[in-house]
Amino acid sequence: METTNFVYNLIPNETIAIIVISVIPLIFLIVYALLAILGELKISAWIQERLGPMRTGPWGILQPIAEVVKLIQKEDLTPDSANKPLFNLAPYIIFMGAYASFAVIPFSRYFVPSGINIGLFYIFAVGSIAVIGIVMGGWASNNKYSLLGAMRSVAQIISYEIPGAMAILSVAVLASSLDLEKINIAQEGGIWNWFIFGGQGSWSKIWVFPFTLVLSLIYLVASLAETNRTPFDIPEGESELVAGYHTEYSGMKFAMFFFAEYANMFVVAAVLTITFFGGWNSPFGNFMQGPGWDVFWFISKAFFFVILQIWLRWTLPRLRVDQLMYVGWKVLLPFSFICFLFISLFKMIN
Amino acid sequence: MTINEIYEQLKEEYGDSIIELIENPPCDSSIIVKAESIFDICHTLRDKPGFEFDYLMCLSGLDLGENLSAVYHLYSMKHSHKVVLKTIVPKDNPKIPSVEKIWRTADWHEREAYDLIGIIFEGHHNLIRILCPYDWEGYPLRKDYKEPEYYHEMKVPY
Amino acid sequence: MGEKKRIELDYSKIESDRMRLNVGPQHPSTHGVLRLEVELDGEIVTEVVPHIGYLHRCFEKHAEKMTYPQVIPYIDRMDYVTSMNNELPYVMAIEKMLGIEVPEKVQYIRVIMCELNRIASHQIAVATFGLDAGAFTPFLYFFRDREYILAIFEKASGARLLFNYFWIGGLAADVHPTFKEDVLAIVKQVRKTNKEIEDLLIYNKIFIERTANVGILPPDVAINYACSGPVLRGSGVKFDLRKNEPYSIYDRFDFDIPVGMGEVGTVGDCWDRNIVRMREMEQSCRIIEQAIEQMPNEGDVQEKLPKKIKPPKGDIYMRAENPKGDLGFYIVSNGTDKPERVKARGTSFVNLSVLPEISKGYMFADLILILGSIDIVLGEVDR
Repeated sequence: METTNFVYNLIPNETIAIIVISVIPLIFLIVYALLAILGELKISAWIQERLGPMRTGPWGILQPIAEVVKLIQKEDLTPDSANKPLFNLAPYIIFMGAYASFAVIPFSRYFVPSGINIGLFYIFAVGSIAVIGIVMGGWASNNKYSLLGAMRSVAQIISYEIPGAMAILSVAVLASSLDLEKINIAQEGGIWNWFIFGGQGSWSKIWVFPFTLVLSLIYLVASLAETNRTPFDIPEGESELVAGYHTEYSGMKFAMFFFAEYANMFVVAAVLTITFFGGWNSPFGNFMQGPGWDVFWFISKAFFFVILQIWLRWTLPRLRVDQLMYVGWKVLLPFSFICFLFISLFKMIN
Repeated sequence: MTINEIYEQLKEEYGDSIIELIENPPCDSSIIVKAESIFDICHTLRDKPGFEFDYLMCLSGLDLGENLSAVYHLYSMKHSHKVVLKTIVPKDNPKIPSVEKIWRTADWHEREAYDLIGIIFEGHHNLIRILCPYDWEGYPLRKDYKEPEYYHEMKVPY
Repeated sequence: MGEKKRIELDYSKIESDRMRLNVGPQHPSTHGVLRLEVELDGEIVTEVVPHIGYLHRCFEKHAEKMTYPQVIPYIDRMDYVTSMNNELPYVMAIEKMLGIEVPEKVQYIRVIMCELNRIASHQIAVATFGLDAGAFTPFLYFFRDREYILAIFEKASGARLLFNYFWIGGLAADVHPTFKEDVLAIVKQVRKTNKEIEDLLIYNKIFIERTANVGILPPDVAINYACSGPVLRGSGVKFDLRKNEPYSIYDRFDFDIPVGMGEVGTVGDCWDRNIVRMREMEQSCRIIEQAIEQMPNEGDVQEKLPKKIKPPKGDIYMRAENPKGDLGFYIVSNGTDKPERVKARGTSFVNLSVLPEISKGYMFADLILILGSIDIVLGEVDR
C-alpha cells in the first residue's frame, strides 16, 4: 500500500500544510510529556506503595500541568560566572535534537511527517545533537558538577550509540531499507512477521529469532543509556553530582531539559517499536489493521516501552561510570557485532 | 589484667613518670602520669605483650581550673581490659605529646581537645580546629571562657 | 564486571591536572551538613579532607550548665535517629555512680526500646545507602516500616524522634497495655520487609557490582581508628559490646554477632558493612522476642531517687553499643547536681575519621557509597 500524508489531502496550500504537519508532533509531544510525567509520578508511587499526587484534580491527574505552571513561574537564573550565550542556548539545542527526530517518525501510514528514505540514519544523526547541548550546558554553567556530568554524558552517549546503531543496522539489513515506512510495511501481517521474529519469510527465519531478540535487548539497554535514565543516569547521578549537567538551570530552561528527556524517551521507544515490534502494525494480522488503528498500535507500543523505562528507573540502582563503559564496550558491542554478523549471513543465504 | 597490676608494671618500668593510682569506687580508677612521657607509656601499653591496648576508646580534655588535663581511655580487644590514663598540665603551658602516631583515631580527638580546651598536642601532623570555625578565638570549654561579642561582624550572643 | 581491584595509578608517570571539588555542606549525599574537600584526578579520588562542625551545637558546654536529668534531652539530639540508644549509656553511667539498681521491668523495656531503635536506625542506614547507589524504592519501603516503630515510641514517650524516655533510675512513663502485641507485630513486619529488600536491593547484581570491593577497611586499620559497630564488624572483627562486655541485661539473651565475611567481594568492603546491618536487624528481632517473653508485666518503672541527683565526686566512662557503634560518655562529677564535664565520644565522629584513609584511589561515585556505608549522623559528629 502506498503511504501518503493525509494533511496534504486536507489542506491544498503546501506551506500551511507543512506548518500543520510540523506542529502536530509538537502538540502530541506536549500531551505525551504531560502524560509521561503523570505516569512517572503515579507508577513510582504504586511501586513504592504510595498514593502519589492526589490533590490537583481527581486522583491528582492535573499534577503535571501544575508542575509546568510552577516551572514557568520560577525565576530564570543565569549564574554570574556562566558563559551566557551558550548557557541559554543549551536547553533549546537539546530539545531541538529530540524534536527533530519526530520529523521522520511514522505514526500511521497516512501520517509520516517527512517520508525521507534514510529515516533510521537521520534519527541517529539528530539524536547526537543532544550531546552538543549537554556539553554546552555543562561547560557553560561554570560548575564542576555540571562539567563532570557533561563529560560523563558525552562518553556515555558516544559509547552506547555504537551498539545501539549496530542493533538497528541489522534491522536495516533485514528490511533492506533505511526508510522507516518501508520497515513498517515489511512487518505487516501479524506478530509473527515483526522483525523480532525475523520479519516476513518462511520458517527458516526461526534461526534469526535469538539474534533479533538479543539485539532488541541491546537496543533497549543502549536507549536507556542514551536517554540518561536509571540504571544509566550517571551524568545526572543525583547522589554524587547533585543534578549533573543541569545543576545550574532553573525555571523554563530546566523544564526544557526535562521536556527533552521525556521526548527522547519517546523517540527511543518509537525506534524500538518501529524496528523490532512491528511499528504501526496490529499484532493480529489484518484484524484491527488500518490507518486509524495504526496510530493506536504505534502509540500504545511506544507507551509500553516508555512505561518500561519508568519501571526500570524505580527498581534498579545506578551503575558506576567505569562499569557503564565496561558494559558498553566489552559486553554490548561484541554481542551486537556477532548478532549483526549472523543476521547478515542469514540474509545473504536467503 | 586489673588496673592495679598495670599500675605496678608501669611503675616498675617508668618510675617517676607514673605519679599515682586513684581509686574511687564506684567511679573509674585512673593512673596519673607525667605529660612528657605519655607517648612512651602509650607506646608500651599498645605494643607490650600482656597490655596490648590497641583500641583508644576516648580522649578527652578537661579544665581543672588551674590546670588542664587529658584523659585517655584505653581498651584491649585481645584481653578485654581497660585502663584510664590522666595527664595534668599547667594552663599557661598546656603541651602534651601527641599519641596520634600510636592510635590514628587520636587525630580527631586531639584536634577536638585542642579546639575546645586548648591543649596543644606536640607532634600532631595537623593540629587545627575541628568543630569550631578555623578562625575562632578562645577555647570554648574552658571554665573561664567568655564568648566573643562579635564574630565576623556578626553579633554572637543572641 | 569492572575492575576488581583498587585502581592504582603511578602518579610519577602520569601528569594531569587535579580538580578540587567541594562536596557539601549542601549536597544530596553527605547525610547532613558534612563538607568534603575532594581532590579528583579525572574521576578518581586522590584526597579527601572532611570539614566538620557545621552542626556544632555546643552539647558539652550546655551540659555543664544543666542538672543531670536536664542533659538527657540534649543527648537525644546528638544522634537523632537513635535517641533511645543514646540515652542508655548516660543513664547507666549516672546510675552506676549513684549505685542504684533499676527495676527489672525497666531493664526489659529499655532493651526492647533500644533494639527497636537499632532496627529503625539500621533501616535508615540501609535505605540511605541504597539511595546513594541510586535505588530509591527500598528507601521508602524502609521508611514505611520505620513509621510503625516510631508509633510505638510515640505511644510510650509521646515523641517520635527525641524521646527523653530513659530517666535516671527508670523511665519517663510505663508502656501502653498493648505494648507486647504491637512489638511482636513489628518484628513480623521487619522480617518481611528485610526479605523483600534482600531480593530487591542487597543481592541485586548492579548493587553488588557497585558496593563489593569498594572502600575496603582492613581489620587492623579499623581497630587503630577505633571504628566500632557495623563498620568494625564489617571488617570481620567479632566485637559487640552487648556480648563482649554485657551491660544492662544483654547477657540474658541468645543472639549472634554478624560479621562481614566478604561473600561477594573482600572482607571489609561496603557490601559487608551493609549486610552486617541487615543481619543485625534479624538479631535485634530475636532479642526483642526473647525480651518480650521474659518481661514481667507488673512492676514499678521508676526507682526512688533524691530530689536533687548528686553523684559522688569522681569520673566515669560508660559505653554502650549504639546502632552505629559504641557510644561512650565520660562524665566528671564534682559532687554537685551539675556535671563538671560531659564528654561524648560520638560514634559517627570516630567512624568518619577513617573516611580519608579508605576512600583514596576509588572513583568519585564510590566515595559517596563509602560515606554512605559508614553511616554517619552529623548531629553526633558535630555534637
